[in-house]
Amino acid sequence: EEEKVGEEKPEVLSPEELEKLKEEVDERKKLISTLRGKPWPMRKKLLTLRESHEFVEKYEGALGKGKSRKLYAYKVMMLKALMGRPYGSMPRKTVPRADEANAMDFAVLWDFGVITNCLFGYAQYSVLFYGYYNSQRAIGWLKFRMPLSYFLVGVGTVAYSYMVVIRTMARNANEDGGGDNNSFNFSWKMFTSWDYLIGNPETADNKFASITTSFKEAILEEQESRKDDNIHLTRFLRVLANFLVLCCLAGSGYLIYFVVRRSQKFALEGLESHSWWERNEVNMVMSLLGMFCPMLFDVISALENYHPRIALQWQLGRIFALFLGNLYTFIIALMDEINLKREEEEVLKLNMTIWEASLYNGTLGVNSTAPPITVHPADIPRGPCWETMVGQEFVRLIVSDTMTTYITLLIGDFLRAVLVRFLNYCWCWDLEAGFPSYSEFDVSGNVLGLIFNQGMIWMGAFYAPCLPALNVLRLHVSMYLQCWAVMCCNVPQERVFKASGSNNFYMAMLLVILFLSTLPAIYTIVTIPPSFDCGPFSGKSRMFDVIQETLESDFPAWFGKVFSYASNPGLVLPFLLLMVLAIYYLQSTSKSYKQANLELKKKLQTVSRTINKVLTLIQHLLYSLCGTCTDIVCSPESKKKGGEHRAHQGKSNHQIPPSATSPPAPRGHRIPGPLPGNQWQPAPSVQRVPNSQRH
Amino acid sequence: MLHLQDCTFFTRKEILRLFDRYRDLAPQLVPLDYTDQPDVRLPYELIGSMPELKDNPFRQRIAEVFSEDGEGNMTLDDFLDMFSVLSEMAPRDLKAYYAFKIYDFNNDDFLCKSDLEKTLNKLTRNELTEDEVRMVCEKVIDEADLDNDGRLSLEDFQHMIVRAPDFLSTFHIRI
Repeated sequence: EEEKVGEEKPEVLSPEELEKLKEEVDERKKLISTLRGKPWPMRKKLLTLRESHEFVEKYEGALGKGKSRKLYAYKVMMLKALMGRPYGSMPRKTVPRADEANAMDFAVLWDFGVITNCLFGYAQYSVLFYGYYNSQRAIGWLKFRMPLSYFLVGVGTVAYSYMVVIRTMARNANEDGGGDNNSFNFSWKMFTSWDYLIGNPETADNKFASITTSFKEAILEEQESRKDDNIHLTRFLRVLANFLVLCCLAGSGYLIYFVVRRSQKFALEGLESHSWWERNEVNMVMSLLGMFCPMLFDVISALENYHPRIALQWQLGRIFALFLGNLYTFIIALMDEINLKREEEEVLKLNMTIWEASLYNGTLGVNSTAPPITVHPADIPRGPCWETMVGQEFVRLIVSDTMTTYITLLIGDFLRAVLVRFLNYCWCWDLEAGFPSYSEFDVSGNVLGLIFNQGMIWMGAFYAPCLPALNVLRLHVSMYLQCWAVMCCNVPQERVFKASGSNNFYMAMLLVILFLSTLPAIYTIVTIPPSFDCGPFSGKSRMFDVIQETLESDFPAWFGKVFSYASNPGLVLPFLLLMVLAIYYLQSTSKSYKQANLELKKKLQTVSRTINKVLTLIQHLLYSLCGTCTDIVCSPESKKKGGEHRAHQGKSNHQIPPSATSPPAPRGHRIPGPLPGNQWQPAPSVQRVPNSQRH
Repeated sequence: MLHLQDCTFFTRKEILRLFDRYRDLAPQLVPLDYTDQPDVRLPYELIGSMPELKDNPFRQRIAEVFSEDGEGNMTLDDFLDMFSVLSEMAPRDLKAYYAFKIYDFNNDDFLCKSDLEKTLNKLTRNELTEDEVRMVCEKVIDEADLDNDGRLSLEDFQHMIVRAPDFLSTFHIRI
């Protein structure tokens, strides 16, 4: 029972005692609010709760009625809010099921020609593409600076993307404790593989089977890794595999180049004289390469005999290289087309002057008050707009990429599943267990696909402003389609290997892609002069001249001067140097902090272990000294092995609860284990004498 | 009731619902009125036959850990405590502590080799050979034993389990 320290008459207390009392009351309140998270048996928790409530209610009055009650309520609410929050709760995401396949694919495939005609015919002049936008400097009564806004939005999207990616990477790096997801492989399999939510005997059977298989696989892998392989053969095979992969990459690059050249030839001859395939050859070839080469890489990597995670990283790296190579070949080909268009433009400009002259020739006389010639806008010859052409090419690429994905999904997953399921009845070997069986859901491949899709959007967004909107639509459709496909036709991967310890592997890839995709767009903005008659920058010598123009006309004169000083290379270069040095400095300090952190963790562990040992020694001493005390301590109340950091009764500081089922004598000659109570407070608090013992 | 709310992660409604579930296991034993705190204990067989637990290979250990008498016979308080710890709202450290106790078959505050072997055999329903079981247990001790005493203490276990990505989602019973 608590010691009653004559607190009946509050006015007798000195300020220090009052302060101490207040502290105690606060501690009790804190205890009450954290009670549910303590690893104590229920009986002990209820007892503690009752006692603490009594204590708080009794002495709260001494500290000032009403006010403390309110404070208590607020504090409890605050503490509840802080500590009652679910710790690491897992969101429950249920995947919605789409009922049937999106039949849109077939129709679109069939009418692909119609769609492309529509898109590139009428839509050419729509808001989807660059060519729609007028180059008027200010629009409407608000004087909206359209060209400036177009430019800034383009640049701003890229800057914002960089910011978001890097911020996510920083956040992931903070949460990641230090990717050691391979160091507890067996331990985690043993202690976290059984799903306690299982309530169905069939599911339980499946789970037992999968756990057993998983253990057997892990055992096999462990035995394999212990074997000493013939290192020379392995090395030779790896070199051979890399050589083959390089050949593949070179081959695919050349194929794309060849096909693009051919399509340029077709364009010169006039597109109508060629079949659908020949017209869309480039995109089809790129998509098909993207589909089949990764499978080829997978087969080749069987030669290499790597650990699955390493093999996965190599595979992802190669697919990355493949896509990058293809994309850049595509861009180079696009550059050729741009140059072609610009030459056309020159020719057209020449022709236009001749045409205009011919128009005036007929009506102009000496009399200069002739009525102005009205020419229907549609009759004026339009220059070839290379920017719109670029935008169109990207849209075409994305559309064909989407089509390929959907078709692969339907044939590779759905059709395969249907065949395996129904032909299994009349086939000689078990289709479900052996070849071809159901397809696995390839997480890393799909993530990579998403990343590359995003890269293409970044590349083309400046020239086809509605591309992101189209992509959002496409992503929604993809999500529902793939959700359905996963539920209906896929089996989970046999081995779930993460490509790296944290999500930062994919974010890093995204960052690289962001950089590489925005590079061509920036290059074209800076080097190539815009078309003379289409788009928001028409007529200027360079697209970024719009900034210069805005500075000169919309801002006061001194601003322009400041800006020109600030953009002086003499100022910019030292600034860049300073930033590089700052990055280096921050990098080195962060490394040293990480190191210090690790060391502190280790120290903490050793300190807590030492304290445990000391405490067990003290317990031993107490046992040997006060034999009768242990009899009181081993009362029926404390049969459980809950850790205790406060004694309810008895004079000893720490109770030693003996185990209920172990046979040893009540004196407890067994060595007590580490007191779990210590887990819940930092080490120094153990020295604090429990409240009830204070005199 | 208020006391129970402070001692578990459940709200008043959930506690009442759990009380109904407890009572449904043995209506003749459990009185409706709990104000005088009757000492009612449901035998392990009834607890172990609950749909949430009947397929769990560790159900006996779970009941033993949370029951007062250590035999698996649970009072209402034990029952609530058990589902509170196994619920979504319980923090990781609390779950790790009780998981350790569940897997400690001989109750010696350490996960020694025999505990690990028993755990593994329950997980695989004795399908692994003795050699394989021995190898896995050796690997586990290898991986997680930090103080090199050949067995896993609570700290070793906690250090290993808090890094596990699946721990919170698998060590969870919804009722």
